[in-house]
Order: sequence, then C-alpha cells, then structure tokens
Amino acid sequence: MAEAVFTICAFFTVLAVVSITLYMFANGLPAIFKVGIREILFSTVWKPAADEPSYGILYVILTSVTGTFLAVLIGVPAALLTAVFLVEIAPAKLAAVVGPAVELLAGIPSVIYGLLGLMLLNPLMYRWEKALFRGSDTHQFTGGANLLSAVLVLAIMILPTVINISASALRAVPAQLKASSLALGASHMQTIFRVLIPAAKPGIITAVVLGVGRAIGEAMAISLVSGSSVNVPLPFNSVRFLTTAIVAEMGYAGGVHRQVLFTIGLVLFLFIMIVNVVLNGILKKGAQKND
Amino acid sequence: MIRKCKDAVLLALIYLSSFFTVLLLACIILYVFAKGFPVLSASFLTTVSSALKGTVGIAGNIVNTLYIVIITLLIAAPIGIGSAIWMNEYAGRSRWVRLIEFTTETLAGIPSIIFGLFGMVFFGRTLRLGYSILTGAMTLTLMVLPLITRNTQEALKAVPDSYRSGAIGMGAAKWYMIRTILLPSAMPGIVTGVILAVGRIVGESAALLFTAGSGYLLPRPGIMGLFRKIMEPGGTLTIQLYLSMSKAQYDVAFGIAAVLLCLVLIINFLTKIVAGRLDVTSGS
Repeated sequence: MAEAVFTICAFFTVLAVVSITLYMFANGLPAIFKVGIREILFSTVWKPAADEPSYGILYVILTSVTGTFLAVLIGVPAALLTAVFLVEIAPAKLAAVVGPAVELLAGIPSVIYGLLGLMLLNPLMYRWEKALFRGSDTHQFTGGANLLSAVLVLAIMILPTVINISASALRAVPAQLKASSLALGASHMQTIFRVLIPAAKPGIITAVVLGVGRAIGEAMAISLVSGSSVNVPLPFNSVRFLTTAIVAEMGYAGGVHRQVLFTIGLVLFLFIMIVNVVLNGILKKGAQKND
Repeated sequence: MIRKCKDAVLLALIYLSSFFTVLLLACIILYVFAKGFPVLSASFLTTVSSALKGTVGIAGNIVNTLYIVIITLLIAAPIGIGSAIWMNEYAGRSRWVRLIEFTTETLAGIPSIIFGLFGMVFFGRTLRLGYSILTGAMTLTLMVLPLITRNTQEALKAVPDSYRSGAIGMGAAKWYMIRTILLPSAMPGIVTGVILAVGRIVGESAALLFTAGSGYLLPRPGIMGLFRKIMEPGGTLTIQLYLSMSKAQYDVAFGIAAVLLCLVLIINFLTKIVAGRLDVTSGS
C-alpha cells in the first residue's frame, strides 16, 4: 500500500515534464501555422497591434542570445576567480565571509535585482548614453533602459550558480595533482591555472551551461531594466528578450498576438531543452571518464 | 621575474573578483535597507492600500504570500518526500529511477516564466481555477518539487545501511522502519529542502504573475472568508513590488524590498541552523 502511494508520487515529475512539454507545443504551434514559420522566426518587424499586424520575433531571439552570451562573458570569469579564491587562496576567516555572501546573493529575489537595476544602473546608463550619442539624430534615447543594463543585471545574477558549481568542481580535483605540480616547481598560480582548472573543466563547463540556462530564462529582473521596444540588440538600444516580451504583453494580448507570445514561450522552452541536453551530455561524459 | 609579475597580477584579479562579490552583496543590503526602512511602519505592515482611507499598506500581500507558501508546501512536500522515498528505498537502481532523476533535473532547469505560462493555461484554463491563489500554489508546486525531492533523497542516502538492516532484523515491517527510523534520521535534510523551497516561493514572481494574479485585499471576515480566499486572486509581496515598481511608486517598492530581504536573511539563517544538524550519526 505504502509503496503504491510512493510510486505515484515518484512518477508525478514525469507526468509534470510530459504535460508541460505537450502544453508548450500545443499552445505555441498554432501561431506558427497561422502566421507562417518564416514570418515569425525570420522577420524583424514586431507590430502585433497594427492594422496589418506583423509578428517577427527575430530581434527578440537575437536579443536573448546576445544578452545571455554577454552576461556569461562578463559573469563567468569573475565567478571562476571567486571560486578559485574560495577553494585555493582564502584563509579560513575570509572564506567564512565570502562563502555565505555568495549564498545570500543566490537567495535575493529577482525583482529586487530588477529594482536596483532600475534605480542605480539605468541612470548611470542614461548619463553614458547622453555623452556617447550627443548630437546624434539616428539614436533613439532610452533613458538608460537598455541591453547593457540588462546584461549587467544578468551577469550578477548568474554569479552564485557559477561560483558554487565551479568551487565544488575545484574541490573535487585529486590532491595529488596539486602536490605533484607544486613538487615539480610550478608556482601556486601556475598550478591553479595550468593544472587545477583544466582538471576541473567538466564541472566548470557544467557551471557555465547552468549559468546560461539561468540567464536565458530570467524574466522579472530585466523586464523593466531592458526597456520596452523590439530592437536590434546593440548595447544602448532599448530591447525585448524572449522572457520580457511575454511578461510585458501577456496581460493584455488577445487572439493571434497571444498565440505568438506562446510561440515565444515555445522558443524559450526549446532553448532550455537544448541547454539540458548539452548538460546531460557533459555529465555523462564526465561519468564515463571516472569509471 | 616575468612569471612573478604574472602571478601577482593573477592573484590580484582573484582578490578583486571575490572582493567585488562581497562588496556587491553589502551594497545591495545597505542600499535596500537605507531606502526601505524609512518606509516601514506599523500601518504599512498592517493595513491595505486604500484611496478612501488614505492608507498605503501591504498586509494583504503578506497574507497572500503566507497562503501561497502554506498551500504549495502542503501539496509539494508529501509528493517530493514520497518520491524520494520510493527512489531510495523501494526502486533500487532501475531504469525508472534514472528516468525520474532525469525529469527532476529537467524540471529544475525550466525557467519560472514557462511554469507561469503552463500554470495559466493548465490550472487556470483547463482546470478552470482562473487567476487564484490555488492556481499559483499548484504552479509553484511543480517548481519547488525538485528541490524537496533532491534534498530528501540526499538525506536518505546519508542514513547508514546498518540502521535499515538493524530495524528489519528486529522484525520491523518496511513502512514501519521508514516511518520510525529513516524519516526521523533524515529529518534535518528534509527540513533543509523545505526551507529552501520556502525561500524560492517567497522570492518567486514570474510564475505567479499570470497564475495567482495581483489582488491586494485581506480575506473577508469569518472562516468561510478564509477558505474563499484560496479561490480568489492574490498578489504576493514580490508581485506587489513589481507592480509598484512599474507604476513608479518607488517608496512602496523599497519598503517591500526591505521586508523581502529580511525574510531572505531569516530563511538563510534557519537553513544554516538546520543544516548544522545534518549528520545523523554524530552523537545525540
């Protein structure tokens, strides 16, 4: 009896993942058939409310890809160095400050990151924007809500994930590797960058992939920070991400417009699934290596 | 000589990155508290915003958050714990366990906005629950399930096998052994998972925007009012923070942010205390 109940509980996750997948496809595909896959995925004109509506989301997709890439580019080096600090450099007392600080960063709700981005980053960006584009008559001024602000917020938000997972990967490197390297006369820094980090590579790649997943799926932190028009993803343009497009328009959209928002959801879902498959591949490879 | 320079530069970069991380956290906390605490007052915490009475308050949102935390845990904790028990105690190392572990990982990686979309169409429309606290809680159940399952599973794995064989050897039935020996020993790990889940729920916003909606009123008086609230829309603290922010009511936003940050600090502290008792084999 007890076993039957537990079995049902266990298969609940399978049911959940299957139904989410089915529902994402069932709600995301109708717009593709109605509007046409090329008009949606490869057109750059997003005018869902016009008399002759156009539903091109190419810029939205490109914004998510560019934004995530830049956030990872900025966030990962800082995170990796912090992980190295925690595992290799920090004296116990300092590690006892940095470790909990990372945990707390992970616990801060994303809306708070959004609020701070809006209050602190955007004014700064606006000042830079005014200085950079002084006298330009082609640039649309954004008041600071731009791609760059969103990228910085995302870079900060992926720090805890990347730090934690790279740190455990570094900790798992066998001690004799480090000992041999030091015994051969390598300095501590050479040992870290030439021996420990390469040895921890699968774990660090896992960390980066999880960071990518986190960045591409984040919605609320960047929804106000990134501005609100569909645009080419240039640093000082006001842009829409896959996630922020859904957040901003789902509340009032109807008809085909609403269906296209679900298509955007489907695209995001597919991105995440690709991330998952890649992650699974890395983990399997790592497991085989250890066998 | 060049090597020494290079080493020094790298070491400096390492220190700089870590210093930056800590500084970032310190700035966030200080800034939010500096801007938020002046807004906090008894009436801000205990009244509901009303143009008629001229009050600005978040009492309704606090109550909504409590509702969603409790209902989500009531659904998610039994399922997650049950699932972990099955995988660790009944199933052995079968293909099914690998499948469930894989789906649990997948579920953990799905962004909250996708949960929000799914909850809106499935619980909201297909099950006809509409925008309600229940819809929100069910959506969040899917989101926190992996957290509870994995923590319980880890905790059960850490219970020594001698506990199991000892109990079975004394003639205990399996379910009796699980109930009286395994679950109590694994309790700190399970509680850690549940507290982490509370943290996720309190901080969540994207999955709730289109499922639980944005009501800010208190439940109507009486027992029936308390139950009816479950089927009414209700915005949590994070949702209200987001809405205030988009309406440029930054004072209210920072007030809520300060409350949320306090909750995060408390939850973090609790996890530390509970996790400190994780090793079941050590002493009392």
